[in-house]
Amino acid sequence: MRYLPLTQEDRRAMLATIGVASIDDLFVDVPPSARLAAPVDLPLHQGEIEVERTFRAFAAQNLGTTGVPCFLGAGAYRHHVPASVDALIQRGEFLTSYTPYQPEVSQGTLQALFEFQTMVAMMTGMEVANASMYDGASATAEAVLMANRVTRRTRAVLSGGLHPHYRDTVVTYARYSDFRIEALPLDPEGREDLAARLDGDTSCLVVQYPGFFGHVRDLAPLAQKAHAAGALLVVVVTEAVALGLLETPGAMGADIVVAEGQSLGIPLSFGGPYLGLFATRDRYVRQMPGRICGETTDAEGRRGWVLTLSTREQHIRREKATSNICTNSGLCALAFTIHLALLGEAGFERLARLNHEAAIRLADRLASVKGVEVVNDTFFNELTLRLARPAALAVDALADARILAGVPVSRLAPEDKASENLLLVAATELTTDQEIEALATALGGVLS
Amino acid sequence: MTATGHRGLDHEEPLLFEQDEPGRTGVDLPAPKGGQDRLGGRARTRPLGLPGLAEPQVVRHFTRLSQRNYAIDAGMYPLGSCTMKHNPRLNERVARLPGLGDLHPLQPAKTVRGAVALMHTLAHWLTTLCGMPAVALSPAAGAHGELCGLMTIRAALEARGDARKRVLVPESAHGTNPATAAQCGYAIESIPATARGRVDLAALKAKLDGSVAALMLTNPNTCGLFEDEVQEAARLVHQVGGFFYGDGANFNAIVGRVRPGDLGVDAMHINLHKTFSTPHGGGGPGSGPVVLSEALAPFAPLPHIVVRDGRPRLVEHDGKAFGRIRAFHGQMGMFIRALAYMMSHGADGLRQVAEDSVLNANYVMAALKDDFTPAFPGPCMHECLFDDRSLKDTGVTTLDIAKALIDEGFHPMTIYFPLVVHGALLVEPTETESKATLDEFIGAMKALARRAHEEGAAERFHAAPTLAPRRRLDETTAARKPVLRWRPATPSAAAE
Repeated sequence: MRYLPLTQEDRRAMLATIGVASIDDLFVDVPPSARLAAPVDLPLHQGEIEVERTFRAFAAQNLGTTGVPCFLGAGAYRHHVPASVDALIQRGEFLTSYTPYQPEVSQGTLQALFEFQTMVAMMTGMEVANASMYDGASATAEAVLMANRVTRRTRAVLSGGLHPHYRDTVVTYARYSDFRIEALPLDPEGREDLAARLDGDTSCLVVQYPGFFGHVRDLAPLAQKAHAAGALLVVVVTEAVALGLLETPGAMGADIVVAEGQSLGIPLSFGGPYLGLFATRDRYVRQMPGRICGETTDAEGRRGWVLTLSTREQHIRREKATSNICTNSGLCALAFTIHLALLGEAGFERLARLNHEAAIRLADRLASVKGVEVVNDTFFNELTLRLARPAALAVDALADARILAGVPVSRLAPEDKASENLLLVAATELTTDQEIEALATALGGVLS
Repeated sequence: MTATGHRGLDHEEPLLFEQDEPGRTGVDLPAPKGGQDRLGGRARTRPLGLPGLAEPQVVRHFTRLSQRNYAIDAGMYPLGSCTMKHNPRLNERVARLPGLGDLHPLQPAKTVRGAVALMHTLAHWLTTLCGMPAVALSPAAGAHGELCGLMTIRAALEARGDARKRVLVPESAHGTNPATAAQCGYAIESIPATARGRVDLAALKAKLDGSVAALMLTNPNTCGLFEDEVQEAARLVHQVGGFFYGDGANFNAIVGRVRPGDLGVDAMHINLHKTFSTPHGGGGPGSGPVVLSEALAPFAPLPHIVVRDGRPRLVEHDGKAFGRIRAFHGQMGMFIRALAYMMSHGADGLRQVAEDSVLNANYVMAALKDDFTPAFPGPCMHECLFDDRSLKDTGVTTLDIAKALIDEGFHPMTIYFPLVVHGALLVEPTETESKATLDEFIGAMKALARRAHEEGAAERFHAAPTLAPRRRLDETTAARKPVLRWRPATPSAAAE
């Protein structure tokens, strides 16, 4: 067994040192009825050759997004990841270290987290960010919990332009805590009046930017109305690349910004692991969930970093903690930081512009297809189409032609029959004109 | 002090922001074509303040940072309850295969049959190893798994029309247990430990009634001991209609030798990043699937897998589930790595994993029993617990021992946890350490124990570590005057 260094001779010698006759003597506290006499009914050990073959067989049954026309989005996006990102995160010193509990021998991870927090704060236009959450959806639920704590109120209002899975996650977290959720109906046109739902017990308005259906709206008026009513504005971003081009949520008055960071440095990987971003104002930092890295000095006065403000956390506060979160998305946060460091200010803006331009080409080409109506007047890299027939049927038909046409809204919200013909399509820097042409032609064929 | 501040291979590395040259980039992208945007007037006009570096600078920056980390690749990492074992690189390779690493979570079902089959295979391994009928795969980490498990329990109780009010948690539990129960709306009550380091059954009995939703119990527990009366505890909880939640953080000690289902467990999360070797990555990502009993299985969160017409299928919408706890299906990247690890070991190898991890811990305990004070008599399971009685009157603390161990080339053990033991030192060697490494660790610990009793020891120990990239860091100031991000030295338009 290649992962086990002890030899039979070692085992004998060690048992003798311990003073027992056999390994079974070390399991004497296990009740006899629960001791398995033999290995469970599963295959026996295998070498690298056999295991890799098995996984290649799994992979061969799938259609990967690499090299096929792919317009899937809805919270996960096919982007280019620079080669050095993956090379650096596979350095064993990053990959195989633990949460940095012992800062003297964890300065690498800690400094990278400090840089990550700074970048997240910069791109969201906020003052402070934590060291990551699981994903965008769970970060959104945690943001609502935090807004309840900050305002001491118990009712959150969710926009109909919020990703349905994010909505569902917030509803789940709310179900067993003492607060209420009002989730507005899906809003494909982006015309809802969210502020009208404010009342004296509203802790926060939760709005996605750009919206789930792609619209880009000015959130400043919403922030003003929320604040006037004593509520917070929680802004959710599912496509982090949009922040390369758009006004920051912070500049529009957001109090908490949460985001999915998958688009920068993290592979699609069938939905996880991803990266929850969480940023807020300085004044709320002690109500923020999750780990936080802070700057300090060592005994010789040299700059260094530590995990800090841990009196918010479960390992200190137990049932009074701001969240139960422990392990988060450290390595994904590192990948995000490296990708953004490579891009820099200029590269990030250029990447965002390329995404937007690809989406404009996509929108304009599809608008000319019979049976397709483009719903949006504004968008970043994703938009909503209204098709002449149910979107799921069209997507299914196009998959046979090895085209991943987009996400039918019905996949995420089957209960909303009015959305049956809506299709979300996204374009990125990887989207070519040939792919757009292939989609337009095939879609035209299916709809005619 | 050198002229540069560097010390041989240990480089002082400025922040990215301190190496900024505006306009510089490390990624060559095609030039945008320009023209009218469709951003509805929401285009940003001010810079964000991100730094500009070229690729070689970024690569060197993060390489230098990496060299300031301890890692399991570099040495023994005996953090108790964290299971820092070797992370096989085959797992990294297969997670990146085209057709696995590049799948979008919302592709049509017929284009991801291999992915769903892989998840179903992982589920089969986990349920077989646990002797449980079902598993919810989606939780993102151990604490997320606890949340999932307790929500499942609450959903099942509510379906009986009886949500109940209280959750019982032993004093020695991980902090995530009470934090999770609180997040599910339960009042938490603590169960004391006996002098044998096990849950006090009499105290448990006294607290049990029809208002108890669940008992949360880690087994082996955080003292490194098997709860030998666990079946009786389960029986008592079931008798009052409550559920038995197992914290599977320490599953490594029993995998392949004991099935939690045979102990009476109704729900238990498994940290794939502990027992099944997926890398910790400096703080995640983890993965925390929850195995479930027959009674709880129908209430598992979305999505789940069902077999229909002989083929596993992903169910994303269903009325009985308590809902969804994340955006997509689960930590697929971690599923792949964990399954590759399980298949590499096989049923026989996994059993050996448990045996070797328990053997290594008992060997360390036996070798150090005269130098440090074991908190409880053995045998222990996969980790051994010492308290600080051996350091009495030396002025040397548990923290000092941990920091001195850094100078000896080891990552410290878990310290001051569990809380039920004074000055706890919790050592978990794992099965992937050789006898030679254990002997070196034991030698280092013996030397520290000896030195702790020498004249002037306290002062020398308080100064440790002296050989790491940093001396002790001022955590008090960090918390009192938090500096949580870099800011430019002079106010500029980029500053928020």
